[in-house]
Amino acid sequence: MTARLLEVRHLATHFFTRAGVVKAVDDVSFDLEVGEVIGLVGESGSGKSMTGYSLLGLIDPPGRIVQGSIKLKGQELVGLPQEALRKLRGRRIAMVFQDPMTTLNPVLTIADQIHLAINAHERVSTATARQRAVDVLTRVGLPDADRRLDAYPHEFSGGMRQRVAIAIALLHRPDVIIADEPTTALDVSIQAQILAEMKSLVRDLGMALIWISHDLAVVSAMASRILVMYGGRIVESGPTASVLRDPRHHYTRGLLNSLPSRAAPGQPLTQISGLPPSLGALPPGCAFHPRCPRADAICLTAPETTGHERRDWRCHHPLTAVSA
Amino acid sequence: MLGFLIQRLLQAVVVMMVISALVFIGVFAVGNPIDVLISPDVTQQIRLDTIAAYGFDKPLWEQYLAFLERLVHGNFGRSFVFNMPVLQLILSRLPATLELTIAAVAGATLIGIPLGMYAGYRPDSPITKAIMGITILGFSVPTFWIGLVLIMTFAVWLGWLPAGGRGDTVMVLGIEWSFLTLNGLSHLFLPALNLSLFKLAMMIRLARAGTREVMLTDTIKFARASGQSDGTILRRHVLRQISIPIVTVFGLEFGSTLAFAVVTETIFSWPGLGKLIIDSIQSLDRPVMVAYLMLIAFLFIIINFLVDIAYAALDPRLRARRS
Repeated sequence: MTARLLEVRHLATHFFTRAGVVKAVDDVSFDLEVGEVIGLVGESGSGKSMTGYSLLGLIDPPGRIVQGSIKLKGQELVGLPQEALRKLRGRRIAMVFQDPMTTLNPVLTIADQIHLAINAHERVSTATARQRAVDVLTRVGLPDADRRLDAYPHEFSGGMRQRVAIAIALLHRPDVIIADEPTTALDVSIQAQILAEMKSLVRDLGMALIWISHDLAVVSAMASRILVMYGGRIVESGPTASVLRDPRHHYTRGLLNSLPSRAAPGQPLTQISGLPPSLGALPPGCAFHPRCPRADAICLTAPETTGHERRDWRCHHPLTAVSA
Repeated sequence: MLGFLIQRLLQAVVVMMVISALVFIGVFAVGNPIDVLISPDVTQQIRLDTIAAYGFDKPLWEQYLAFLERLVHGNFGRSFVFNMPVLQLILSRLPATLELTIAAVAGATLIGIPLGMYAGYRPDSPITKAIMGITILGFSVPTFWIGLVLIMTFAVWLGWLPAGGRGDTVMVLGIEWSFLTLNGLSHLFLPALNLSLFKLAMMIRLARAGTREVMLTDTIKFARASGQSDGTILRRHVLRQISIPIVTVFGLEFGSTLAFAVVTETIFSWPGLGKLIIDSIQSLDRPVMVAYLMLIAFLFIIINFLVDIAYAALDPRLRARRS
């Protein structure tokens, strides 16, 4: 068995706002092995991004991690001082964001931005920084990296900007990259390219990847394991093939049924009725029960995580496995 | 870039033409300087001769055309009161106001931006509350009152600093400067402080608002996620992005202080432009008023031009649009 890279246990991140406590992440546990790609799936506002920020220690007041543990190669990250967390960010855990139009600084050249990201962890000369920038940009598939270094972000297309952002995340060869919907804002054709490149980069460099997305189709193409998030909790997790074939949670099945590829041509798409709940006012018990076709009185109490290691779900009335 | 320069130059010429007409008519409407210039007991003949000598008997448009003609030859006329060329008079007063303005505006900017950025970066800290309290004072307490309090405190009670005047000056490049001598600096300090308080409050507010806005963007989140320290982020990412509104206000404040530091210059008897214009309005010294107002318009044109160039230097997206 490979060494366990990341171990997240009972992680809870809450925001203490005037309107009440927002439970953005609630009792989330998962593991990540070296070189593994996992997908974190859920609707907008299900707490996916906040899980990512919690791993990086980027939760600002009024939010904070209220309980749980995050261990990176055995080192506990929860409760580390700010400066120690800063030294981890970008060097051991890096993150790529959704919209490449807004993540790069519009008034600094690409070379400057890469230099700043290198300088965050090591002092290098401008010449060395440029060389490393060219190397890493070439690696992410940016043509003529040398000539484009002195350009500004607005002179790049969306796909190129996202490549620059990915290059910055790769600079220090981190153990884990958290990719927060990095292809959502891109054209479909560019999406496919970036997906393929990320996949081969992760394989070549031996990095682990947490791919956050609302799009099950994208995640199933990338990840070997899927975590489904709803209302700040992980409601189901397991190997990709198994989750896709045998969903145990009614929410996962709802998501799968609403995939366009699963609908007969000309038929309306199936949807999950109702709206995702606000994290500040979650329904009691299983947060999905108001929208669940199978819900009854017992669903007003929170279901425990059941199943076995590497294949589990949180549901009082799990679907039966088709192939069991 | 050349096209931009030519366009701005033509705009400037049109603006100066319009300003000259407005100023000339406006000053004409203020009052007849003859009654101030000559004593009431002279003979009617002398009175008429004087009027003719100054050209006041001609219709307004003829006087304006004559004025324009002299202007084209670089002649702004002679001051009625000082009996010397107006341009020379104004230029002799300009350095005093210039050094006061630079000290006040630059001081306010250099102190205000770091304070404002801190306030935007740590919106809930007690230091921020103190800084914001100062800005409310700076905005709401009138300049003349602060000036009097400063004189009372530092000049009268404590006796640390002089109450007025320019102090010792040094001649550099044919111009008298106060800031190059210790005594001159001590004279400069209080009026500059008085002038800068309002600007300081404004710079703090601007920098704070900008910092708060920029700190919430994905750009900053991404920079933090790559491990950059908060200090680096403030200096390299935030400062650059908030500088456009700051440069705008800096330019406007610089121009208006240069032109209208009247109150402070009067309180501290600082021999600058503000005092000159007040005196010339009281004595209906038309050539001084006209030349002064046109000089101010010209300065604003120059300042706006420099501000536009600064925009392009600060934001590459504006550079691209212009070329």
